[in-house]
Amino acid sequence: MIHVSATPVLALRGISKRFGAVQALTDVDLEIRSGEVVALVGDNGAGKSTLVKTISGVHPIDEGTIEWEGAPVRINRPNDAQELGVATVYQDLALCDNLDVVANLFLGSELRKASVLDEIGMEKRAKELLDTLSIRIPSVRIPVASLSGGQRQVVAIARALIGDPKVVILDEPTAALGVEQTAQVLDLVERLRERGHGVILISHNMADVRAVADKVAVLRLGRNNGVFDVATTSHEEIISAITGATDNAVTRRQARTATKEDAK
Amino acid sequence: MSDLAKTPGTPTEESATEKSAAAVPEAGPSAAPAPAIDPRLLVREEGFKGYWSEFTRKVRGGELGSLPVLVGLIVIAVVFQFQNSNFLSASSIANVAVYSSGLGIMAVGIVFVLLLGEIDLSVGSVAGVGAAVWAVLSVNHGWNDWTAVLVAVLSGMVLGALHGFFFAKIGVPAFVVTLAGFLGWSGLQEWMMGGEGSINTPSGSIVENLTNYFFEDKAVAYGVALVAVLAYAASLLMDSRRRGAAGLPARPTTEVLLRTGIVAVLCFAVAYVLNEPSGARGLPLALVIFLAVLVVADFVARRTTFGRQVFAVGGNPEAARRAGIDVDRIRIIVFALSGMLGAFGGLFIASLSGGATKSVGGGNTLMLVIAAAVIGGTSLFGGRGKVWSALLGMIVIQSIQQGLNMIGMANAIQYMITGAVLLAAVVIDSVSRRTQKTAGRA
Repeated sequence: MIHVSATPVLALRGISKRFGAVQALTDVDLEIRSGEVVALVGDNGAGKSTLVKTISGVHPIDEGTIEWEGAPVRINRPNDAQELGVATVYQDLALCDNLDVVANLFLGSELRKASVLDEIGMEKRAKELLDTLSIRIPSVRIPVASLSGGQRQVVAIARALIGDPKVVILDEPTAALGVEQTAQVLDLVERLRERGHGVILISHNMADVRAVADKVAVLRLGRNNGVFDVATTSHEEIISAITGATDNAVTRRQARTATKEDAK
Repeated sequence: MSDLAKTPGTPTEESATEKSAAAVPEAGPSAAPAPAIDPRLLVREEGFKGYWSEFTRKVRGGELGSLPVLVGLIVIAVVFQFQNSNFLSASSIANVAVYSSGLGIMAVGIVFVLLLGEIDLSVGSVAGVGAAVWAVLSVNHGWNDWTAVLVAVLSGMVLGALHGFFFAKIGVPAFVVTLAGFLGWSGLQEWMMGGEGSINTPSGSIVENLTNYFFEDKAVAYGVALVAVLAYAASLLMDSRRRGAAGLPARPTTEVLLRTGIVAVLCFAVAYVLNEPSGARGLPLALVIFLAVLVVADFVARRTTFGRQVFAVGGNPEAARRAGIDVDRIRIIVFALSGMLGAFGGLFIASLSGGATKSVGGGNTLMLVIAAAVIGGTSLFGGRGKVWSALLGMIVIQSIQQGLNMIGMANAIQYMITGAVLLAAVVIDSVSRRTQKTAGRA
């Protein structure tokens, strides 16, 4: 781990969020320090994506406080989050298929020269950024519609880095990727940590989580269910926190396969 | 900019580069440095053959662009010229230019609305209101001509903004809002025209000049053509030079020359036809205004943040919202723009028909305007299109009308033919979109 600051860059305290009759989040706490990768895990419907959307301003919170570098802030719109320095890569990527790669990278933060789009400046910087991230796409001037799933994923991640954010949120970044691309995205996450970004990583893949995360925050049914240090916590402990029981489908399956092995 | 980009060469980075290079089969086992261009990208070959192969590839992939329109225009010109040898005469072409201008300006507004993936059905009625506002203020109340024109155009903008408000903020589908506007504003227009039914344009007024003034000095037409060609060449050359200086792939000089040559031939041919043959009256003011609107609107659409945001909202509104774009604001502005250009176009229609009447902007005005934008190649599905499609589509429609008029075809037949052309344009749009999907471009 590289230098980790004492005050969390982003802290959520007692966050609650309702959608009609559904209490999606109840009293959730989360802290992210710069230079730290926090994995957010939990079963389907545990509230991971909702929590991320409250941070990125897509769904304003109902109760609780958000602290940015120690001071309370309000995040009501995506703009608020961007201005603070939170960049989000959504699960559905949120790219405009009809625009080319450069336009997508700079969407919402276009470079301008005397109020005219600086296409050349944007193209140059897009190339530099993609090169340093060793992202390979056929051309930066083709519409995003013609890229493959993995290419779209890396474009979406690169786009989050355009504004030099302090906190980067990655929602299931490796779900749609092949082996090689997954490794590249994990490399990318490590590089973000080295540069002192705080990273929130949502993933169902425990191997990915254990590979890059420093801490694992578990959500269960919209509530905190423990924060674990990856280095000192076993796989089983995290699984039982996710499922809410030491006796769960995962352990039963393991026991079953173990007895089969014994029988042989 | 991220500091990531400025400090290359950290250990992890190098290992990542090696890894990705090794993964590309073409790089071979020795993990040679990754080629600058992805080997899978089809790169255009040098020379004329390269252009041809790229062109055929694009057409096969469904990226037709302006091709159907250009083919259509050639077919129209050939067919009608055979039927009536006056079709390509100076007065006929000037007629097409003048009649295209007003409706074409309205079509520019529609192009923006279509780029959002929405529709504005009220544009004809708003045009009628614009004409009525001008006529009542300037003729009945004796206002200053310029002020009356300005108020008329602004009133169109307000009506458009109202549509935009109901669509963006209240969430009523644009189709319904503008349909309500279509009915309501034509009622307002009739009410404003009151008992008189029509108000003639005073001679010498701005509105009369809009379509009846011609620059008889031949130098004007040639001068405008020259300025247009020089400006076009200069912008291409500057772009190439700046791209070259930034180390980005730039257009080869031959392409710049070729494009400039084509534009120059077109501009000077039009200027010649408007100036030289017997019966020619020079450059029509209406065409100058239309071209000015096109140039400004094209610049706004392609080179400003606002234009980029319009395309983004049309492509994926949710992505645009998450990127921090104020989607509601963009929608309201676009509808206001459409209303403004609609009212401005209404003044042209009033000018052509000799005054504001209860029926200005009625009839098939709305259909012609939307048809022009679609025929010109702007997609009905949002996010894809060009401002210049308003010009191309309107020339197609007006040429057909002009030709059918010249061979004495009945109005009923004209409607049917224009309807068939519109259907053909939408079919081309839908089919090319489907082809683009299978070719991975949409």
